[in-house]
Amino acid sequence: MSALLEVSDLTVRLRLGDEQREVITGTAFQIAAGEAMGLVGESGSGKSMTAKAIARLLPLGARVSGRVTFDGADVLALHGAELRRHRARVAVVFQDPRAHINPVRRIDDFMTESLRLLDDVPRAEARRRAAAALEEVGIDDPAKRLRQFPHELSGGMLQRVMIATALLSEPRLLLADECTTALDVTTQAEVMAILDDLRRDRGLAMLFITHDLELAGAVCDRTTVMYAGQIVETRGSQRLHDDPLHPYSAALVQARPSVTATAPRLNAIPGRPVSAFEAPGGCRFAPRCPHAVDACRSHDQQLTALDGGWVRCSWAAELRGRLLASSPASSSGENANA
Amino acid sequence: MPEDPILAVRGLRKQFGAHVAVDDLSFDLHRGRSLAVVGESGSGKTTVARMIVGLERPAAGTIVACGRDRSRPARGGAERKRRGREVQIVFQDPYASLDPRQSGAVLVDEVLRVHHDHDAATRRRITGELADLVGLDQRQINALPRDLSGGQRQRLAIARALATDPRVLILDESVAALDVSIQAQVLNVLADIRDERGISYILISHDLAVVRQLTDDAVVMRKGAVVEHGPTGRLLDDPQHPYTRMLRASVPGPGWKPARTLRPAAPPSS
Repeated sequence: MSALLEVSDLTVRLRLGDEQREVITGTAFQIAAGEAMGLVGESGSGKSMTAKAIARLLPLGARVSGRVTFDGADVLALHGAELRRHRARVAVVFQDPRAHINPVRRIDDFMTESLRLLDDVPRAEARRRAAAALEEVGIDDPAKRLRQFPHELSGGMLQRVMIATALLSEPRLLLADECTTALDVTTQAEVMAILDDLRRDRGLAMLFITHDLELAGAVCDRTTVMYAGQIVETRGSQRLHDDPLHPYSAALVQARPSVTATAPRLNAIPGRPVSAFEAPGGCRFAPRCPHAVDACRSHDQQLTALDGGWVRCSWAAELRGRLLASSPASSSGENANA
Repeated sequence: MPEDPILAVRGLRKQFGAHVAVDDLSFDLHRGRSLAVVGESGSGKTTVARMIVGLERPAAGTIVACGRDRSRPARGGAERKRRGREVQIVFQDPYASLDPRQSGAVLVDEVLRVHHDHDAATRRRITGELADLVGLDQRQINALPRDLSGGQRQRLAIARALATDPRVLILDESVAALDVSIQAQVLNVLADIRDERGISYILISHDLAVVRQLTDDAVVMRKGAVVEHGPTGRLLDDPQHPYTRMLRASVPGPGWKPARTLRPAAPPSS
């Protein structure tokens, strides 16, 4: 089966004044129809820019090279009507729904605008479809919600409106960019459940972008980890969590505090995450890596296959199984000074 | 005989019009201990923080810090300053709480000048010590906020708060916006500071993993009311109240499957 989305050698540079700043370097991955892939990274890793490149929503002046193929079409070459059709079939849901909805228009207008204007769907029919989509994402009394304004809805409700709106164009791929980060945890769980249902019921493929490895693991078959504009590891979500291959993935797994135990000390990663344009030559993670040797700093690392995954570290096979070993034993729920 | 709590809150209540933001909240915080106030949007947790630092006036109840009542507005500048010395707060967004034209060193020096009678050399020494404590180097403490990363800014905000030598530090979602690797650094710094200075924390947070890592006791709030109060470990391992259980069940982890918690599950589609 060929992939629904295929990204190869994608490099993105943004223009900042007279400067070109590289934010993604040679990214490559595939997503099959109905598959969910997690894309995890910290600030500057390039995970949001990857989504923007796929949806063709990069800021003006951005320079893109490489290939993005969606359902056989060359995405980077699309324009006019074809580009509009592409954007309908690739839906994007962002972190802050309030930044993406017109505050002075009713939910009804927002949801049905593209149906009425682009697809010439009559108003009553568009409204009926909008109500059905709201029901699908678990909103009761959709007729009432359609008459309301964005400020009358909570953040979680509004995010469900955004997802329902995305569904109206019958997308085949959903790009979810930190779409639950601003929500309360119970609402987050509910929105995640809705996304998971949609994937199964509609065969909707998903690129789930988040900083939270555990969250990605809960709904995604595979997870890709990015650092400084590059993919450092792609692997089955469970295996990435239990047996990471790249030192950065392992460090991310271990840096998060746990809800089940108090660690005497967290395994913080020294330094700060950098963007592609600030990254040093050689391995970009080397300055923060506890396993780095001189060769890491002088040689670019290639993404190579290892045990059903891909990893960008020439020591991965040697380090395997030892990356999580250095974790201090978690104390059994007792607080240090209790 | 246990010593008096450093902070004692009794029957605290706050209304905004007809809306009750905080209803009948009571807790004790002892020296060197940490208390979490856990809740979702609208639970009233930030209003609690604002009342303790004096940014909101309680409708009822008492707040006693370091043995002195602070439930009513301070009378006079000296009293206001003393309250500022005793209890400090660090907010979520370090971008919004630092003056963009002031370097960290100047900012900390100003706080030291306002609150203590030190000469310039002593202030410089203390500024250096505080920078060390939060892990900012010489260049970073002398840089403007715009030249610092989010994590460095938040550490500067902590250094600024510590400059008054407070007994209680309120952390209002102070690590929520930080990257995972930076959050771990700041949480470690906070643990070190507590061990070194015997300071007490109130952690306002929705993140149960952070709560577990940093606090001894926790209060769970929902719509202004306390639904559960107890040792953090016990509360998270064996939550009693249905709402605490729901919060706990919403945390992603190994084997976690998201559930439509607020509504009955949809019938399985085949």
